[in-house]
Amino acid sequence: MSNENVLLSIKDLHASVEEKNILKGLNLDIKPGEVHAIMGPNGAGKSTTGYVLSGRDGYEVDSGEVTLAGENLLEMEVEERARAGLFLAFQYPVEIPGVSNLEFLKAAVDAQREARGEEAVTSAEFLKMAKEACKQVNLPVSFLKRGVNEGFSGGEKKRNEIMQMMLLQPKLCILDETDSGLDIDAMQVVANGVNSQRDGERSFIVVTHYQRLLDYIKPDFVHVLADGKIVKSGDASLAKELEEQGYAWIQSEPTEDELED
Amino acid sequence: MTEQIDKALAREYEAGFVSAVESETFEPGLNEDVIRRISEVKGEPEWMLEWRLNAFRVWQEMEEPDWAHVDYPKIDFQAISYYSAPKSMKDKPKSLDEVDPELLRTYEKLGIPLVEQQMLAGVAVDAVFDSVSVVTTFREKLEEAGVIFCPISEALHKYPDLVKKYIGSVVPTKDNYFAALNCAVFTDGSFVYIPKGTRCPMELSTYFRINEQNTGQFERTLIVADEGSYVSYLEGCTAPQRDENQLHAAVVELVALDDAEIKYSTVQNWYPGDEEGKGGIYNFVTKRGICHTNAKISWTQVETGSSVTWKYPSCVLKGDNSVGEFYSVALTRGRQQADTGTKMIHLGKNTKSTIISKGISAGRSNNSYRGLVRMNPGAEGARNFTQCDSLLIGDQCGAHTFPYVESRNPSAIIEHEATTSKVSDDQMFLCQQRGVDPEKAVSMIVNGFCKEVFKELPMEFAVEAGKLLEISLEGSVG
Repeated sequence: MSNENVLLSIKDLHASVEEKNILKGLNLDIKPGEVHAIMGPNGAGKSTTGYVLSGRDGYEVDSGEVTLAGENLLEMEVEERARAGLFLAFQYPVEIPGVSNLEFLKAAVDAQREARGEEAVTSAEFLKMAKEACKQVNLPVSFLKRGVNEGFSGGEKKRNEIMQMMLLQPKLCILDETDSGLDIDAMQVVANGVNSQRDGERSFIVVTHYQRLLDYIKPDFVHVLADGKIVKSGDASLAKELEEQGYAWIQSEPTEDELED
Repeated sequence: MTEQIDKALAREYEAGFVSAVESETFEPGLNEDVIRRISEVKGEPEWMLEWRLNAFRVWQEMEEPDWAHVDYPKIDFQAISYYSAPKSMKDKPKSLDEVDPELLRTYEKLGIPLVEQQMLAGVAVDAVFDSVSVVTTFREKLEEAGVIFCPISEALHKYPDLVKKYIGSVVPTKDNYFAALNCAVFTDGSFVYIPKGTRCPMELSTYFRINEQNTGQFERTLIVADEGSYVSYLEGCTAPQRDENQLHAAVVELVALDDAEIKYSTVQNWYPGDEEGKGGIYNFVTKRGICHTNAKISWTQVETGSSVTWKYPSCVLKGDNSVGEFYSVALTRGRQQADTGTKMIHLGKNTKSTIISKGISAGRSNNSYRGLVRMNPGAEGARNFTQCDSLLIGDQCGAHTFPYVESRNPSAIIEHEATTSKVSDDQMFLCQQRGVDPEKAVSMIVNGFCKEVFKELPMEFAVEAGKLLEISLEGSVG
């Protein structure tokens, strides 16, 4: 397959954590504007995929290739990947006491703009942008003054992640189980935030264990990840099937490799 | 992350240059003759010489303290020179035009222009170079308000009664080994007097610079805030980068009379020594203030320099309803050792004290908080709140807390909170994943950790302190 018009290309990716193989030959191509859902049972390697792509310490790539907009992602540092347009929304966002959300966001936006050779935004302009983003995810403006995630509820943390995404305007967003721990209302706010960022160019990988988030964020493709590789791909209807039948029916089906053997 | 930290723990000490200034320096050694000569050079009154000689005798009877959690070779007090002054200062320049341009350039390089037009508006500076004060700015403007701000050697001539009344009244000669030494050999420092009911119209600050080799710096600062007055004072300190250790043993005394308020801030950036702990300043300092009725003293310190720091800015809350505060950020890296904290001595009724201490340790450094809160029997209804937080960067540094609490009044309330945390991999990853480089991320996290203290600094210096931390942490991560 040609690399033309592919934003993210993952070829035969093998990766391990603490010398344990987690990803065992992952293949995935994502075009601009597409939303791909990755589902699968616990321990399949869903979160690992997000960490490996973003370059987290301790997640070792053993073999394979990954390009983002034609650039070799695996050679870049964590912050370089971010500046190249990769954004990871965390499942458990960490607190940074004393560092205000506004200061943190400004530092991130400044670093990314500088790396891209763009002009810096003034503090006044930035404050305006940040307030607007707050409104979109239903967070009071006072959250900008509070420490990053400091004392935020689970739902507030997730909305904060989406707000960061809105301000950073990445090319590819990986949402790592963003729905975990959210009630329906909060999930809807998060989904609306994500949907507002779907502009035909920005691509998404939605990692989720449950189908319900996909009722709100409609994927173009659904992949089932099991034991470190994609074992089944389809459209949104695949998610429904999974919901009804669970993961067992997929895992019990022989995989391609096994058939070849 | 630890590996990265180890690899790249190198930074430039920006203030490490030496100025080519011709100096008149005493040969090393300490005896009564040396003390007589210091007193003579300063043209001091007879009582001052007697006071010094008495202190010297007291000091000789004392033992160097060893209770602090610091380790350094025994200091050879005979190998130190106790007086050094730029030759050009001998004729006592009357104005800035007469000051050796090399001296002015030194301060300019340190970011403290002494030419008034270039200065931060609203900050008066006393510049102390080795053993003498070279310039004190904005004096006329301060005099209009009745505020006295001058070198203490000058105050001994101009205001001998004020000096005589208060010097040694808060830190007595016998207080401790290093204070006694200072009493015997102090050379210069600042004197401040704020008259009754006066709000000092500008921030006052003193910048101490050690330049000459093998000298010690022994400055003495005395601030007297008369009834109902207010003053905010800041000191900064730097020294050249040298392989030998140099001793700095200062004494600071604050007197806040009834209803007065003194805010004393320190940004300490003496040369910390190299990565292996070679060179650097031994910083043994005694700072104490006394609060009379309804008075308030607030100490804020940002300690990033010195190879060894031994320092406990304290408050004696003598008057009823008086308030003492201590806000501290101490950052150690490389092989630096800091043993710092405060003493809050509650004597009066309804006295209140607050202690916020933030210790940050990186590299192979050791950072200790040592604090005493004492409620005397008369301290009816007194309160103390202490919060003591340590942040560790890497896994080869140490953070220690030694709180001493003594309550002799059952109505007193004492609270102590302490936390220890690490700059976590999760926090670093979050910052980097958002595009922030690791060094900026560490400095942002550390600045956040120190926020409660930085907000106590005068505005002009809060920025400076933040930057100082940034420089200090440069290279803390790879």
